[in-house]
Amino acid sequence: MSIAGEALKQLRRRPCTIRYPVEKAKVPNGFRGMPVWDMQKCILCVLCQNACPPGAIRLIGKGPDAEIEYLLDRCIFCEECAEVCPKRAIAMSHRFELAGFDRSKMAFRFRKDRQVQGQHDAPKTSDSTGKG
Amino acid sequence: MGYASTVKMPFGPQHPALKEPEHFLFELDGDTVVGVTPRIGYVHRGIEKALELSTYGHGLYLAERICGICTVAHTCCYTQAIEELMGIEVPPRAKYIRTIMSELERLHSHSLWVGLVAHEAGFDTLFMYAWRDREAILSLFQEITGGRVLHAINTLGGVRRDISPELADKIRCTMEYFEGRVKDYRRIIRTEPTFLKRTRDVGVLKPSDAAKLDAVGPTLRGSGIKEDVRRDDPYIAYDEMPFNVISSDGCDVFARTEVRVEEMMESIGIIRYALDRMPAGVFRVRAPRNAPAGECVSRVEAPRGEDMHFARSDGTAKPERYKVRAPTLANIPALCRMLVGIHVADIPIILAGIDPCFSCMDRMVVVRGGRASGTLQSKRDV
Ligand code: SF4
Ligand code: SF4
Repeated sequence: MSIAGEALKQLRRRPCTIRYPVEKAKVPNGFRGMPVWDMQKCILCVLCQNACPPGAIRLIGKGPDAEIEYLLDRCIFCEECAEVCPKRAIAMSHRFELAGFDRSKMAFRFRKDRQVQGQHDAPKTSDSTGKG
Repeated sequence: MGYASTVKMPFGPQHPALKEPEHFLFELDGDTVVGVTPRIGYVHRGIEKALELSTYGHGLYLAERICGICTVAHTCCYTQAIEELMGIEVPPRAKYIRTIMSELERLHSHSLWVGLVAHEAGFDTLFMYAWRDREAILSLFQEITGGRVLHAINTLGGVRRDISPELADKIRCTMEYFEGRVKDYRRIIRTEPTFLKRTRDVGVLKPSDAAKLDAVGPTLRGSGIKEDVRRDDPYIAYDEMPFNVISSDGCDVFARTEVRVEEMMESIGIIRYALDRMPAGVFRVRAPRNAPAGECVSRVEAPRGEDMHFARSDGTAKPERYKVRAPTLANIPALCRMLVGIHVADIPIILAGIDPCFSCMDRMVVVRGGRASGTLQSKRDV
């Protein structure tokens, strides 16, 4: 019986599932997680705003005070923004635990000189938790 | 005595077979179905209108979201239509990558379906194993494109990511594993008595009916008609690929299972062939913003059958009209024919047998006198 054979084989293997909150899934290089901005490189050319299909990126303000607002709840993780940026200021991070209960906590602002707080702290590293 | 001789039984809209909402009203005489009225449109998302409001580049991501499982098929169809309108030729390497992605998608869609039909047949062990093995393909997708489900790999003018030689080796490795698994499925479905009893002579669709009612994909091929867009109207790199169009004469759910399992073997062959002969060179060319005025129909063979897109442009950056005909819509009339004359207990497995994807097909609701009635319009309107 092939099914019984398969079951016996599976007994000797690791389980197919992982103990999720304790053990995290590993994502490969090139994974499209939440995009993060390196404002040191950004020249505020708004190409990313125009390229973003769902309109998750907005330039707010003008001149040196301008900020980039990124709306996590609209983002579809398509990587168009990272692809179009002439300065390679946007990188797709490996963060995937991005669900949250509060949409107002899903707006991030990036500013040229320093990363200021919008409604919420801008994410800096890829290992901080994704809870909005 | 004042009693009607038949009983009307509603089925759905809460997940009649798969986890998607659709409603069927069955007319029963005892335990036998004598009539069925489908009512579609529960998950109409207005995607066509949204496509008409977005630019060609942005619309690609909407087309990708028509179906979560056939994303590559829908984006292939979309890009093919728009590239034709724009008059751009895709580089050969991109065509090969699209072909590989399409076949990987067929593998993952068919193994998902094999699991589902096994589940409906009460054979949950196969369901678990099929879905475990499908994970290998999903991980592969994640590595090639950066996303497990929505791949965002096709773009106007080519593909967005290349397949490097290391990645190609990984795909070959996974194909090695998967081939063994598909052979196992094949043996299991052919020998397992429970499965055979639940699927043999269930949901019979005669070849004449299948042709008359315009069934598509494995539903049609399971009725012995060898029709496949990949062979009849080759697109991307299918004209260079050697493969057989699989069909089976059983005309029942078992035949449809067999067709899909054999198709998985063919897909593995196509992927290997394409990987070995991938042309070098660029994999993407620049696409213009606007498309000149014109009309285009594009067809691809999605895992569930023929998928058709129609685009009309008026010279601007947005399509004037965009129309999608997903494969499940084409299979609904054939499905209604299969459902007549069967026992109530067979309804779920027959519904699952066409591999329905109801949210992909919910394109329109006809409003008559202020009441929505989900009738299918004539073929010309569709
Ligand atoms: S495209 Fe790049 S440089 Fe231009 S605004 Fe966006 S992040 Fe800044
Ligand atoms: S990943 Fe896509 S959706 Fe998200 S911000 Fe970038 S362009 Fe917009």
